[in-house]
Order: sequence, then structure tokens, then C-alpha cells
Amino acid sequence: MELTDIAIKFGLIIVIFLISLVVAMYSTYAERKIAAFFQDRMGPNRAGPGGMFQPLADGMKMFMKEEIIPTNATPFLFIVGPSLAILTACIGSAVIPWGQNFVIGDKIIPLQVTDINVGILYIFGVVSLGVYGVMIGGWASNNKYSLLGAIRAASQNISYEISMGLSIIALLLVTGTLSLGEIAQQQHGWHWNVIYQPVGFILFLVCAFAETNRTPFDLPECETELVGGYHTEYSSMKLGFYLFAEYINMFISSAVMATLYWGGYNYPGMDWVTAHVGPVIGPLIGTAVFFAKIFAFIFFFMWVRWTIPRFRYDQLMDLGWKILIPLAIANIVVTGIVITLLN
Amino acid sequence: MESLSNKKKQLTVKPLNFWERAYLPAIVSGLAITMKHFFKKPVTIAYPDVKREFSENYRGLHSLKRDENGAERCTACGLCALSCPAEAITMQAAERQKGEENLYREEKYAAVYEINMLRCIFCGLCEEACPKEAIYLDGDIVPSDYLRKDFIYGKDKLVEAPLNQ
Amino acid sequence: MSTFYFIAFLSIFFSILVISAKNPVHSILYLILTFFTFTIHYILMNAQFLAIVNFIVYMGAILVLFLYTLMLINLNKESEPVKPFMVKIAAVFGGGILAVALVSSLKSLGVSDPVVLKNPELGLVKNLGKVLFNEFLLPFEVSSVLLLSAMVGAVLLATKDPKEPKVTI
Repeated sequence: MELTDIAIKFGLIIVIFLISLVVAMYSTYAERKIAAFFQDRMGPNRAGPGGMFQPLADGMKMFMKEEIIPTNATPFLFIVGPSLAILTACIGSAVIPWGQNFVIGDKIIPLQVTDINVGILYIFGVVSLGVYGVMIGGWASNNKYSLLGAIRAASQNISYEISMGLSIIALLLVTGTLSLGEIAQQQHGWHWNVIYQPVGFILFLVCAFAETNRTPFDLPECETELVGGYHTEYSSMKLGFYLFAEYINMFISSAVMATLYWGGYNYPGMDWVTAHVGPVIGPLIGTAVFFAKIFAFIFFFMWVRWTIPRFRYDQLMDLGWKILIPLAIANIVVTGIVITLLN
Repeated sequence: MESLSNKKKQLTVKPLNFWERAYLPAIVSGLAITMKHFFKKPVTIAYPDVKREFSENYRGLHSLKRDENGAERCTACGLCALSCPAEAITMQAAERQKGEENLYREEKYAAVYEINMLRCIFCGLCEEACPKEAIYLDGDIVPSDYLRKDFIYGKDKLVEAPLNQ
Repeated sequence: MSTFYFIAFLSIFFSILVISAKNPVHSILYLILTFFTFTIHYILMNAQFLAIVNFIVYMGAILVLFLYTLMLINLNKESEPVKPFMVKIAAVFGGGILAVALVSSLKSLGVSDPVVLKNPELGLVKNLGKVLFNEFLLPFEVSSVLLLSAMVGAVLLATKDPKEPKVTI
């Protein structure tokens, strides 16, 4: 690998990292603003024009607040918890294809940090690792509410990971590859996987809500029952990291859904556009389309949050084990039969 | 046991049908409702920037009036303090000196006139009790402040601005 | 090769911490780190699928359940059962026999001539799938039956006996 290649990869990583942080930061603002609009309110509008600097003010507040480590907590693990949460949230973006390859001269620059051939499974592993941040933080707080929140998070994540994996298997039957880069390429134009896998997409969507701990599956931080859930004892930027990790997770899972089911950077008529605007602007438009899809998903996450109330715990488990898993298995069987018949 | 009023109704919970149990149609209709609200005009009024119009008989902050020559009308008779159910008003009377005729209308005036805005209930009884038409509750909402002592409004805040200014 | 030695050192280091840690939750956390080093071992051997499955299944699911169970247990020092002396002696004896067996089996294994894979790409998903579903189809399916029987057993344990009178609330 040449030095320029390394420099390009490094730059790409930095840019993606910054973008995910900025998107997460402004997701907090968007969440408050969108919540306000859904409730016929105005939302934050004091800091800057239309409240644009609200995230900066919030971040400032988080940094300035007193840092409290409870006396009976395990200090090292208490700090490891939020660090792990934000770490696992950030490394998920490594395998997502953000756009088509740039071709400058004879050099091909892929807009993907790494195209490992088990890309989906990598995302899956990172997601399953994410629960450790919550669990370790909740346990180290030495608080019953935190512990209950952590336990809820663990059982919820494990339950929904199964149906998520099963819904992905049906998708893999269609695509025949595990690499996210190839999956994105296959959906060229309008051959989006959601057309072939609508049920799989809905299953994946529900599981994505559950894995990111968003409403209606936010039982680990259920205020009415558990005070603050797993982050009851947290304050200052450590609490900020937990909240931030949730928004980064939302961003990454939106990107994954857009890549797997909604065509990634592909859009109808992209060949015509690329032929007319050149090989540099064309991929950039694709990336813009990809981000538009991501933002649409983030908006959907928030839309659902301000519409649907939280599940009861037994309903959550019933949905996961008795409805989603059988549905996902049926989806695999039907997909397999259809593919066999077509070949 | 038989009910006494015969109004007792036996309610039954119908089991949910398939579409109700599928949950997704309900979610979609809920999302449609929230989306309708998304495009509605916000009902909020951004208060300090935009002020709502008060009704004509709204009772807000007190003001001590002046007469047509710019002299204070209040004679410190104490009727307002007497009528005040919340005991928010205190005053100290003083005698008008020579050369102050353009400042105070009568021979007696209020040297100190204080209203505790934390006590005041804005009932308007002081307004009704005043024989000289000196006090009116025609002002704004009492602004917020940090200290309790800052809510005791003296003459500097209550008396209307002089006419010629 | 130096990477291998470093990771191997880490695996052994963390696995020693697993058994020497006083707090069971800490020892589970060390176990997670040990499994993470195993994942790196698999990647070094170019067995990507195995690596990521180890990552998801062992680190992401099984150890979460371990942690889950341990968090629910009261870990106070007083509740720790005091083991009788004979049990300790038996444990040392059993461990010693295991060590002897391991050492003798390692000795009989020719370490000097390392195994060379015929196909270095064997660890990739496609090749692994072909091998599993052609050459080793029967053992693969038998192991799935094993898992199924375990699952049926778990369900059987969890369900209530229908003959028992129902408790009315």
C-alpha cells in the first residue's frame, strides 16, 4: 500500500468520524425541533437563529457539569461503560459504502473505509458488542435501577438480535454476498432490495428500533419505572456519551438500512446523470442521495418516537420471540422457495 | 345482587381481530395523525418577542396616575391598603411643601408607596377603593426577577412618566 | 509472527486473570477480552467467517448471558459457600491430571512440522459453506439435532406442568 493510499484512507476515516459526530450532535437538535413540531410547539429557538447553536450549548453544559462517581460504584468500570458505548457506536461506520468509487486519472478511490467480505456480520458483531457499554455501566453504578436497566437492555438486545439475523439471512439469499460494497453495487439504479424483501425490511426496521433502544423499545431507560434506567447515576459528559452513542447508533443503523434495503447511493437514472456531469460530480450526487436516505430514516426514527408509546415488558418479549422470529423464519423459507423456483 | 338503579351495564371486551392484532395498521394511522400535526401552525406564542393582546379589563401591573397638569393624584388616604385582601400595599404620607404644587395635587401625598408584587393577587380592589382615581391596574405582566426584595415596587416603578417628557 | 506471539501472550494473560479475579463479574469481563484475542487469532489465520461468528456468538451473545446471570446473583462475600477441604484436594488432583494429559498430548504432537492448509482461502464464507454442506453434511446436521434437543429440553423445563392446579389470582 502506498503512502498516498494510506493518507486517503486516513482522511476518509477522519471525515466519516466527524460527519457521524456532527450528525449525532444535530440529531439532538433535530429531535427536539421535530418533537416540537409534532406537538404544535416551536422547539428550541433561543441559541442562534432558529436555535441552531443549541447542540453547542448543550455540549458546553455537559462538559461544565460536575462529574460524579458514586462512592459505592466500581470507578474503572463506571468510566469504561460510556467509553465502550461510544466506541462501539463509532466503529460501526467502517464498512458502510458511502458512495461510488471516485476515478481521478488512473486512481480509484473507494468511498468505503474497508470492504471486508463479511461486512454485514461485522456490523452485527459491533451491534451485539454495544450492549456491553450499557451492561457494564449499569452494573458498575451499584444502583438497583441501573442494574435493572442494564439487564433489560441485555435481554432485549439478545432477543431482537436473533430476528435481525434471520431477516438478514433472507436478504443474503437474494444478494448472495456478505460484503456491503457488493450489495450496494447490485442495487444499481432502482433494483433496491426492499422490492424483493419487504417483509424482511419491516422485520429489520423493528429490530433496528429495538437494538438502538429507541421508543417504543426504550425500556432500558424507562423513566416511569426505572428513574433513568442504566444511566441513573451518570452525570456530565459520561451521561452525554451515552446519549451521544444512542444518536450515533441511530445514524449508523439508518445508514445500514439504506444500504441493505434502500439501494445505498443508487437512484433511478444515475447512469444518465453520471454520464452528463462527469466522474467526480456523479459519485458526489450519489453520496448526497445516500445521505438524504439516511436523514429520512433518522426522521422516521423520531417520527415513531413521538407517536407510539412504550411497550410493556412482556409485550416486548412476546413480539420478539413469538411474532418476529416465526415471521423471519417463514420469510426465509418463502424466499428460498421462490429463488429455487426461479432458477 | 340486583342493582338498585337498574342502570348497570355489563361491558364486554371484544377480542381483537387480526388487523388490530397485527399492530402495523394502528401504527400507520398514528403516524398519519402526528404527521398532520407536523404541518400545523404552532400554537405557541414566543412570549417576550411576541405579545398576546390583553383584554380590555385585564388587570396587570399597577400604575399611579397623574392629573392633567402632571401632578400625582394620590393623597395617601390609605383606602387602597385597607381594601387590599392580600395586604400588599404600604405607604407613608407626607405634607406638601411650598413650591411642590405642580408635583402633588392635594396637600397630602404619598412619600413612600410600595406594593409587594409577590403578595398582590391582582384582584383590582385597590382600583375600586381609590376615591381619587389614582391607581389603575392597566400595566403589563410582572416581570420575573432573582431576589425577593426586587419584587417590592416603589414609587420609582409605579408612578406614571411625567406628561411633558 | 510477532503479532501472533503478542496476541497469544495476551490470551494467556487474560485467561489467567479470568481465574484469578476475585469478583466474578470482573472475571467474566476478562473472559470477554480473552475471546476477543481469539477473534484476532482467527483473523490472523484468515478465517474471517469463524472470527466474526466467534465475535457475534461468543462475545456478543453467550458472554452477555453469562454477565446477565452473574448480575442477578447476590455477590456478597458472606453468601459465598465455604468448600470442604476434601473438595479442594480433589480439585487440585483433577487439575493436575488434566495438566499431565495436556502436556503429554502436546509432546506427542509434532510441533516442528506445522500444518499447511491446502487452500489458504478455506476460512472464507463461500469455501467454508461448500465444505460444510458437501463433505461434512452429516455431522453438521447431527450437531443441529443436538442443539434442537437442547432447545426442547429448555422449553420443557420452562413450561409449567399442566396437571398442576392453576393458581388463581
